[in-house]
Amino acid sequence: MTKSELIEIVASKVGNFSRKDIEVIVDTLFDSMSTSLSKGDKVEIRGFGSFKIKEREGRQGRNPKSGENIFIQSKRVPFFKAGKEIRERINTDKQS
Amino acid sequence: MTKADIVEIVFEKVGFSKKDVGSVIEEIFETIKYTLEKGEKVKISGFGNFTIRQKRARRGRNPQTGTEITIDQRRVMTFKASQLLKKAINSSPTA
Repeated sequence: MTKSELIEIVASKVGNFSRKDIEVIVDTLFDSMSTSLSKGDKVEIRGFGSFKIKEREGRQGRNPKSGENIFIQSKRVPFFKAGKEIRERINTDKQS
Repeated sequence: MTKADIVEIVFEKVGFSKKDVGSVIEEIFETIKYTLEKGEKVKISGFGNFTIRQKRARRGRNPQTGTEITIDQRRVMTFKASQLLKKAINSSPTA
């Protein structure tokens, strides 16, 4: 499922909103999550999961092609942990 | 940031009632969960992809007692951030 398919499905399920309205809401939703994570904040959606940022120290690495030593800068990486509800739901047998 | 904060931000942007915004956001997450539950991948361009992976059963050990246990096969949900999100996270001055 892509973002536009998600918008389509949600628009068909809720009344009073145009497809465009849903598109704006979906975009604002993910933008706000990105912004929050960029500030280093944690994002927690109950039943779905939580996103947080982890700091990776810089380290000495090697270019695997040339064998040359390079220094890999420290960076921040996003982490996701699935929530309890979704963990259980994806493991419940169900003929779909 | 929690779902309530997201509702607030979206509410300020779109001007529908908070209740309506809340139910749309609820529906968005429910649709994503339902899709994943069916084993289908969810791709949000600019943010990232959510996928379901099948894990095989394996032998494990209770780290506290040391007893061997079998960890059943199961499905797990993973998230892979998009290049855009990774960039956004690393370009902020508040490191």
